[in-house]
Amino acid sequence: MKVSDLSELALRNLRESLLRNSLTTVGISVGVASLVAMLSLGTGLQAMFSRRLAKSGLFDTIVVTSRREMRGMGREEQRNGPSPGESRVLDEPARTEIEKLPHVLEAYPDIRFATELRFEDKPHLTMVSALPESAKSNDAFDGMKGSFFSSETAPEVILQKSFAEELLGQTPPLGAPEPNVGDLAKPLLGKELVMRYAQREAAQGQPVPLRPADAGSGDDNFAGAAYSVVSREQKLKIVGVSDLDPETMRGPMRAKVFLPLRLAESLHVMQPTDLREISHAGDQPVYSSISVRVKDPSEVQAVEGSIKKMGFTTFSILDASRSLQQVFKVLFAFLGIFGSLALTVASIGIVNTLVMAILERRREIGIMKAIGASDGDVRKLFFAEAGAMGILGGIVGVGFGWAIGQIINFGTNIYLKSQSIPPEHFWAVPWWLAVFAVVFAFGVSLVSGLYPAERAAKLDPVQALRYE
Amino acid sequence: MSIGSIVSAARETVAIRSENLSRYYRMGETVIRAVDGISLEVQAGEFVALLGSSGSGKSSMLNLIAGLDRPTSGSVIVQNRDLAKLSREELAKYRLHVVGMVFQSFNLIASMTLAENVELPLRFAEVERGRREELAREALDRVGLRARMNHRPSELSGGEQQRAALARALINRPKLLLADEPTGNLDSHTGTEIMDLVREFNQQLGMTVVMVTHERPLAERYAQRMIFLADGKLTDDRPNV
Repeated sequence: MKVSDLSELALRNLRESLLRNSLTTVGISVGVASLVAMLSLGTGLQAMFSRRLAKSGLFDTIVVTSRREMRGMGREEQRNGPSPGESRVLDEPARTEIEKLPHVLEAYPDIRFATELRFEDKPHLTMVSALPESAKSNDAFDGMKGSFFSSETAPEVILQKSFAEELLGQTPPLGAPEPNVGDLAKPLLGKELVMRYAQREAAQGQPVPLRPADAGSGDDNFAGAAYSVVSREQKLKIVGVSDLDPETMRGPMRAKVFLPLRLAESLHVMQPTDLREISHAGDQPVYSSISVRVKDPSEVQAVEGSIKKMGFTTFSILDASRSLQQVFKVLFAFLGIFGSLALTVASIGIVNTLVMAILERRREIGIMKAIGASDGDVRKLFFAEAGAMGILGGIVGVGFGWAIGQIINFGTNIYLKSQSIPPEHFWAVPWWLAVFAVVFAFGVSLVSGLYPAERAAKLDPVQALRYE
Repeated sequence: MSIGSIVSAARETVAIRSENLSRYYRMGETVIRAVDGISLEVQAGEFVALLGSSGSGKSSMLNLIAGLDRPTSGSVIVQNRDLAKLSREELAKYRLHVVGMVFQSFNLIASMTLAENVELPLRFAEVERGRREELAREALDRVGLRARMNHRPSELSGGEQQRAALARALINRPKLLLADEPTGNLDSHTGTEIMDLVREFNQQLGMTVVMVTHERPLAERYAQRMIFLADGKLTDDRPNV
């Protein structure tokens, strides 16, 4: 029989027992909907995480350290590479060289130092680091109260929530709920902090001493080095309090107070590396590390390669992202299996419906065989009916699953809004998923049709026609 | 005339030949000999009535000739085909192209209109839609049902349904028309109409007709030859004079 005739007869037969076949089809569509819902939740979550991670700047950032820096993270490379002593110094010329590499957006020095901040005449010792303008889009500042720096050189400061707690003397005991950022920010925003720091100042024509001077105590101008260290004070205005910790990845080195990058550079704060790089000392600063931002995460590897060739140690989180992909594959498989369960139940429904149809249409099958239908014709007809229910159920199910997703998205976002969390689109039905679901439903229903179709094909026409 | 052509001419004239044809059914412990060693020949163009009481094996014989059933032993050769040796697929082809069947209970498909019922065999024969509709109209014309071609069987009288079944049996231009009690569900007047149509097919289209009936008067009125069966055995075979 021709395909057009088959599908015509199949659809006609489906219309004949409309209620039963509709119910079976609804069963399939519920199965498909659950599959689509599960998998779209998976893809949605993956997309959301990818977006988040891209925003977090973790995946497009390479941290460059000199091999002289023994605390660098690429320890293995340090063993394999040239000895620390022969390695290049990470200074300003190196930074500009890196910044000129293809695909590099920016390379900014990692300025961080521990220092004393005075707030309402009370000293607080903490880690300070500098942020470039581009950090503004970092989602660590999503829940921030107040605003980002007004300019790259403004004498302004952003506090991490825990430091704000410290300033206000409100550090909560362990296990207690975290205070709201808004409440912490209110008494702090617009207030002034005084930062005391050690400034490195180039000295003129002084001999190089064996040991550099201790920095940061008193107003004494230490002479004798290629530079001298001067104690300075800088007034800073609190403009923001961040809810999240932008430097979770830094571990014990993480800062709780942030300055604009250009301002921090202009302060010439004494850096830990300065002590080691005495011989290079001069007006040019030496950096402990440089953060390099790449246009696209896919270019990270290439850029890392070129930086390594320059003789530096690099670290990126791309490897971590690869294992995350693995996690999502497993998650996908699990969601898929759970989603398929409903479809399996629905496929049993197809078998049931078709077996019933055989009993009901025994006579019809007998007639068709008597007037010349072959086993194959009958088999194909039942297959076509199963397939038609599968495709119809698949299409309805995809729509159904999409609608469920929309509703859940909508509902969750209302909740998120009430919790003052920005809305997220974590439910996505990509076109490939829709196509896959319909094809899968079709395939499953054909498999379900195997047994009924074979049974119908093998029906003995004499038996089928005997009983009136 | 060579021997070969005489033989082939003789073959041409023999439509159906059964040799020691048997069909046994097993019902639990007992074996039912529905057809028990029947040998007969039907000439091409003949109108034969198979007569016998209920359970005599006449319907089983007809099913064997129709290729709906396979013999337990012996052979049935129709148009030079030994049906016992055909595959299921070949038997289906044989039923489609060589045999037309009508039944006591008409056996039209209730969900289809008359036209669709009549053209159904053409779907299995993979005939184009346009040609199919044309042939169905022609066949319905021949049985006088053209006006009702878009009606469903349930909207028609028994006689009309049987006429539609005849049109369906005709549609593939088969050589053989097998009728199983075609008037069994009809009143005598409508039965006569149907039988007149069957005779018309036999005489005008040259179809060989084998009709199963238990009504002797009907057989005497229309058949050229009467074969009597009892308990699966052939008891009498005589021309109708």
